[in-house]
Amino acid sequence: MSQTPVGRSSGTSYEEVQASEEFANLRKSFRRFVFPVSAFFLTWYFAYVLLAAYAKDFMSIKLVGNINVGLVLGLLQFVSTFAITMIYARWADRQFDPTAESLREHIESGEIK
Amino acid sequence: MSAVRLAADAATSVGSPTVNISIFVLFVAVTLVIVIRASRNNKSAADYYAGGRAFTGRQNGIAIAGDYLSAASFLGIAGAIAVSGYDGFMYSIGFLVAWLVALLLVAELLRNTGKFTMADVLSFRLRQGPVRTAAAVSTLAVSLFYLLAQMAGAGGLVNLLLGVTGTAGQNITIMVVGVLMIVYVLVGGMKGTTWVQIIKAVLLITGAAVMTFWVLSKSGFNLSGLLGDAAAANPKKEPLPADAVLNPGLKYGLTNLTKIDFISLSMALVFGTAGLPHVLMRFYTVPSAKEARRSVVWAIWLIGGFYLFTLVLGYGAMWLVGPKAILAAPGKANSAAPLLAYELGGTLLLGIIAAVAFATILAVVAGLTITASASFAHDVYSSVIKKGKVSADDEVKVARRTAVVIGLVAIVGGIYAKDQNIAFLVALAFAVAASANLPTILYSLFWKGFTTRGAVWSIYGGLISSVGLIVFSPVMSGKVDPVTGLGLSMITNTSIDFSYFPLENPGIVSIPLSFFLGWLGSVTSREETNLEKYAEMEVRSLTGAGAEKAVSH
Repeated sequence: MSQTPVGRSSGTSYEEVQASEEFANLRKSFRRFVFPVSAFFLTWYFAYVLLAAYAKDFMSIKLVGNINVGLVLGLLQFVSTFAITMIYARWADRQFDPTAESLREHIESGEIK
Repeated sequence: MSAVRLAADAATSVGSPTVNISIFVLFVAVTLVIVIRASRNNKSAADYYAGGRAFTGRQNGIAIAGDYLSAASFLGIAGAIAVSGYDGFMYSIGFLVAWLVALLLVAELLRNTGKFTMADVLSFRLRQGPVRTAAAVSTLAVSLFYLLAQMAGAGGLVNLLLGVTGTAGQNITIMVVGVLMIVYVLVGGMKGTTWVQIIKAVLLITGAAVMTFWVLSKSGFNLSGLLGDAAAANPKKEPLPADAVLNPGLKYGLTNLTKIDFISLSMALVFGTAGLPHVLMRFYTVPSAKEARRSVVWAIWLIGGFYLFTLVLGYGAMWLVGPKAILAAPGKANSAAPLLAYELGGTLLLGIIAAVAFATILAVVAGLTITASASFAHDVYSSVIKKGKVSADDEVKVARRTAVVIGLVAIVGGIYAKDQNIAFLVALAFAVAASANLPTILYSLFWKGFTTRGAVWSIYGGLISSVGLIVFSPVMSGKVDPVTGLGLSMITNTSIDFSYFPLENPGIVSIPLSFFLGWLGSVTSREETNLEKYAEMEVRSLTGAGAEKAVSH
């Protein structure tokens, strides 16, 4: 179970990879995706929590039959969670993984410049 | 009054204990065979701790759902909706949204960087000794609180489900659960435990789906109609309108304090999930970060779908069973789902749901035990005490012995904790995980300037503040029922009151405090960033280069 001495034997250190432009781009694209999305879902979730706690009358407004604003907003939390999950998985599979994989192959074969 | 009495009598004798026990024994027999078959290839430490890292994303996602949908989620949330209406539903939303933190910020990076435990990641580029010890302490604390919650749930449910009455009967049930769990963990390791969780998750979600369909068909597939019927079945509480159960606020909206308490609870839920050690450890059971991502995607769909079912089940129980009968039953709110099962499908469905509830407890405690034993053996014994000079076989031997000790502690603790509120113990575990674990995980993955001192301050600060605030909260002492005058805290003697902190959930204070301490400890520390290790960690976490591979047999 010893760790594979990646790079070191083939002459590329992790520090060199970290300093490479290819890696900088990968990190940038990752952070550009996950940070704003995290900020969005946390804001949206806590907005819902604050509404539920302090805007009871608004949440109790009936829209259709016995379905009120609170129930719709709560169900929309489910919808947004599912949507973010799908969008992220799609982005990661199509955009992030190919770059990360090619970089990993470069690191493991020691080709990175 | 007579209706209540009648309901209570009916509740204690619902179903047939023989049917319930037979279905449960069948579950145990089937899973034991699978566990034994699955564990024949168990050889290395990676087999014991991580199931050889050979599970697929889908299998692991189902297992995560099995691990996460504990008795508190299944029985607790359905019961909370049945009794408190909309506020119970808000609880489930926090449990689901929390998974986005795990999906976006934690799962893949953790899988790429670590080996077996949370501490592997936290101590990657910091000083091993202090950080691993701190991480192991908080892992053990969170796992133990969670474990006690599950064991308490097992004890509390027997009355209703198995027809076992009296203290001795409950204690025996807790022992049976504890011993079975030890057997699963010792025989099956992570591989066996994972299969138990998969089987349980399939049974639980299928059972909930069938009941949901049943309830909806009774109300003509009209959600609005179901809500109306549920509200109508609820005894009107002046001056509230009859449909107050459809609006927020019945439970958390009473005073300004309960509102802040609800915000505090929401913070603990949303930041706690991605800091639960037994959830984090599941990400090591798959071969790659891509599969870890796939696991979380599966888990989110299953958990989200399940909580939508509980919404229907909760209001369904309010409608068909009624809050009075539920509260009069031995398990109180926790009995809503089983009573609804009996109402719908009679003895057989109740038996299945009862067995699934026990299977749930069994699967979750097995997962917790393996996590706690791995943390002790891998982090404390191997890395800190023996400084890494120990063979993997010896480490696993220690882990197995630890599992037995934890199992025994869980049995004894469960016997003492059996009258405690399950949801409270689980909320406590989430609050500690959110305060002690998540800040350090995020800092070490994303902030270059994070230091050993920052990690140690953040972990111990979060742990001590969250547990300390709970001790001095109304949960521990000083909460009195305004109507009956009885004590509602852990210490039921109403003359003892040291509740200096007014909130029941500490998250709103302890989570920001822990983030602050992590920052403060780091900026005041003279420790220089280990640039080589930092580069390795960052490159590994994003590309997967050098990450642990699956074991091939």
